[in-house]
Amino acid sequence: MDVGSSDRTLREDARDALALAVAVSVVAVSFGALATAAGLPLLITMAMSLLVLAGGAQFLAVAIIAAGGGPVAAVAGGLLLNLRHLPYGLAVADVVGDRWPAKVFGAHLLIDEVVAFSRARGSGARARRAYWTSGILLATFWNAGTLLGVVAGSAIPDPSVFGVDAAFPAALLALLLPALRQSDARRVGLASAVIAVASTPFLAPGLPVLAGLLGLGVAGRK
Amino acid sequence: MTWPALLSLAAGTYLIRLLGLLLPGRVRVSAHVERYFDLGATALLLALVAVSTFTQDGGFAGWARPLGVLVGAVAAWRRVPFVLVVIIAAGTTALLRLAGLP
Repeated sequence: MDVGSSDRTLREDARDALALAVAVSVVAVSFGALATAAGLPLLITMAMSLLVLAGGAQFLAVAIIAAGGGPVAAVAGGLLLNLRHLPYGLAVADVVGDRWPAKVFGAHLLIDEVVAFSRARGSGARARRAYWTSGILLATFWNAGTLLGVVAGSAIPDPSVFGVDAAFPAALLALLLPALRQSDARRVGLASAVIAVASTPFLAPGLPVLAGLLGLGVAGRK
Repeated sequence: MTWPALLSLAAGTYLIRLLGLLLPGRVRVSAHVERYFDLGATALLLALVAVSTFTQDGGFAGWARPLGVLVGAVAAWRRVPFVLVVIIAAGTTALLRLAGLP
């Protein structure tokens, strides 16, 4: 992938961001349907997608509520899952923008897929455009999908029928390939993946991914 | 989900995101530390890939999903366009499930 700003790369980046957004919208539809089935009113479900804008945390919070866990447990679980966004911010701070309005609005769009999407395009102007394009598209499709899911409700088939659950890890992996050309990143990434999966049966949701940061221990020298 | 709970989750999530963006401008860091920020993001994203590929609700997710991710990863490695990678991964898993693999 060359860093450039020709019309072609622009169109390609927009097309790829759109593909990601469509996949996101399918998951959002299932979130809307699930939240409604769990008894959440339309306004709460929509406000969640609009204001939290983090799929994993939203699913987890609704699952905790549906299991009778109570609102405090739902908030704690969701925030634990979202702690990984802090180091994301450290990594893409320069890409999002230099001035405070960019950071104030850009912070809300700090989503796993958006971080990976923009980092796959380096750290220059193209990465910045990729961050904002994919962020705005994903946020829009996430909310539109949620609304559709709430309205269509139980008529929505289980998204696992379409294999959407495989689309996200594959998309993230594809976006990470440029970063993995460096040997220290490969070492850290492999260690992180092993630690995260191995610790999953023993830790609360969210912690295994954070535990992956221990993989930094094998960074060594480039 | 009550309104106070929802707003707490939203505010907490937003502050976590904002904090990460604001910190690097406040503190001067060496190139070495910046490389660690970058590697940290790679570590977290790959951990997320691994967990969401292999696990579901704390247990094994079944074979259909990791096989779909594997086929998608090979496609990405062979420089297949991103849009197709997404479709190939989802399609493989969908077909495997249709064939009866969980």
